[in-house]
Amino acid sequence: MKIVVCVKHVPDIQSDRRIADGRTVRDGGDGTLNELDENALEAALALVEAAGEGEVVVVTVGPDDAVDAVRKGLQMGADAGVHVVDDAVAGSDALGTARVLAAAVARVGEVDLVVTGMAGLDGLTSLVPSALAALLDVPALPLAATLEVDAGVVRVTRNLDHATEVLEAPLPALVSVTDQTNEPRYPNFKGIMSARKKPVETLTLADLGLDAALVGTSGAWTEVLESAPRPAREDRVLINDTGDAGVRLAAFLVENQLA
Amino acid sequence: MSDILVLLDHTAAGALRAPVRELVTLARTLTDGAVHGAWAVDGAEPDDAALAELGALGVGTVHRLTSDGDLHVAAVLAEALASLVAATGVGTVLATSSFENKEAAAHLALATGAGVVTDADAVERVDGRLVVGKTVFAGTWTTRTAVRTPLAVVTLKANSVTATDAPAPAAPQVVEHATTASAGALRVRLVSRTERPATGRPDLGSANVVVVGGRGTEGDFTQVEELADVLGGAVGATRVATDEGWIGHDAQIGQTGVTVSPRLYIGAGVSGAVHHRGGMQASGTIVAVNSDPDAPIFEIADLGIVGDLRTVLPQAAAELRRLKG
Repeated sequence: MKIVVCVKHVPDIQSDRRIADGRTVRDGGDGTLNELDENALEAALALVEAAGEGEVVVVTVGPDDAVDAVRKGLQMGADAGVHVVDDAVAGSDALGTARVLAAAVARVGEVDLVVTGMAGLDGLTSLVPSALAALLDVPALPLAATLEVDAGVVRVTRNLDHATEVLEAPLPALVSVTDQTNEPRYPNFKGIMSARKKPVETLTLADLGLDAALVGTSGAWTEVLESAPRPAREDRVLINDTGDAGVRLAAFLVENQLA
Repeated sequence: MSDILVLLDHTAAGALRAPVRELVTLARTLTDGAVHGAWAVDGAEPDDAALAELGALGVGTVHRLTSDGDLHVAAVLAEALASLVAATGVGTVLATSSFENKEAAAHLALATGAGVVTDADAVERVDGRLVVGKTVFAGTWTTRTAVRTPLAVVTLKANSVTATDAPAPAAPQVVEHATTASAGALRVRLVSRTERPATGRPDLGSANVVVVGGRGTEGDFTQVEELADVLGGAVGATRVATDEGWIGHDAQIGQTGVTVSPRLYIGAGVSGAVHHRGGMQASGTIVAVNSDPDAPIFEIADLGIVGDLRTVLPQAAAELRRLKG
C-alpha cells in the first residue's frame, strides 16, 4: 500500500502570527509542522504497519523552510518526501494549494490512499482535503475519527455537528483525520538519524508540468484586500470574588442586555 | 445584480435550522434580484412551518433538490448544487459554516470555477464584487477578502447577522430540481448516519449564549448546565473535559472542535489554552470564572472573575432568576 501524507509548514500557533500584503508571513523562523498533520502521519504509518507492507511519502508545498515539515514526517517514520518550492506558488488560495498538491501526488504515482489533517491551523479553511480529492478524482472521506482499510475499501466514522456518519469508498481515496483519530508518535533517536538518509525530492511547478498562471496570486479566485490584528478588548474588568461575584455577574449580564 | 442561492440546512424532521434565517437576511442585502433556496431532500421534506418561515424571510423559490445519490455525501450535494446554479443563473451561493457544507463548498467551487471563502462573519458587495470579512489565526486577526470570479461560494458563521423578516413576505413557490450523480461522486457510500438526539438546549454551533466547562469543573457540569439553562444557552466544553469523558466530544469547542461565536461566552474553570481560544475568541462578550488569577483566558475576557465556579455560577443563576421574577 502506498500512502501519501500531505503536510503543511505553518507558523507556530503559540507565536505572534502575522499577515503582510495579504499573505501569511512564513519566514518568521517559528514555523512548525501543522499539528493536525501529525495525526495524518500517524494514521498512515499505522496503516502500513498493520498491513505489514507499504510506503509512506510525505508531500508539502511551501517556501524553503517548509522542508522542515517533511523532515519531521521522515523522522516519525515516513519513507520519502517531496517538497514543491516555487516563488510562483506564493499567494495561492486554498484551491490553488490543492492544485499544486494534486500535481505532486499525481507525480508520486500509483497512490492507494492520500491522508491529510482536517485543516491547516493557519488559514483553517478546511477546503484543501475535499478540493484535493476532487482534483485527483478520488473519493473524499473527510474528518475521520476512525479509519480502517480492508480488501481495498476504506471505511471511516466521522462526528459532525448533528450526526455521526460511517462512510466507505474503494481505494484509491482521500481521508482527512482529526485530532481525535490517534495519538501521534514522537520521533525517536533512530528515526531522527535515519531520516537524514531518506530521499527528499525538490520540485518546481515546471517539474510538475503545472501552469504557473493557475496558482499563486495570479491564479487565485479570491484576493485578500486587508488584514489587521483584532483590536484588544477595551474596558476589561477583573474582579476577585469576595462573596458577591455571582450577583455582580448577573448584574453585568443584565446591564449589557445579555440576559 | 444576479440572484442568490441559499442552501437550506434543516433537521431530519424537516424544520429549518436557525442560522439559515441569517443567511437569507444577508442574501437580501446582497442582491436586488431574487433569493432562491435549495432544499436538499435527504429524507426530510420542508414542513409547512419551514415554508412559511422562508416566505416571511423573503425566499421566492424553494428548489426541491433531489439526486439519485445520497445528498449527505458532499460530492453528490455539490453536483446537485452546481446543476441548480446553472439552471437558476445565480451569482452567489451561501451556506452555513458546518463541516459538511465546507466540504460541499470545496467541490462546488472547483466544479463551477467559483472563488470560495469559508467561515465568513460579514459579506458585502463592493463595486459589484463580493467582499467577505473573516477572522484568522484563532480569532486574533481580521481580514477582508474579495472574490474575483463571477460566481462566489461563501459559508457564513452563525451569529454573524441579525436575522429579520423581509419587508414584503412571499409565498414561496416550490420547484422540483432532480439531478443525477456522477459515477465519481457515487463512489462514496454513506453506510450509516445517526442523528444525535436533541438535548432540549440550543445547538452549540449557533447558540446566542454558550456556557463552557473546563478542567476546573473537575467533572461536575451541574453548575454549568444550570447557568446555561437560566440563560437559554448551550453547554460547551474544553478538550480536557471531553478527553476525561465528563461530556461528549461533540461539546468540544476549539480549532478542531466546534467553533462558536455567540453574543455571550461564559467560561467556567476554563484556562484558555490557545487551541480553545481559536474556537471562541470571536465571541461577542467573553466572561471567565476561574480560581487561578493567572489563567490566560483573563487576557481576553471582558469580565474576569477570580473565584470558585461552584459558588459564583449558582449565585449568578439564582440572581438572574430573581431579577426575571
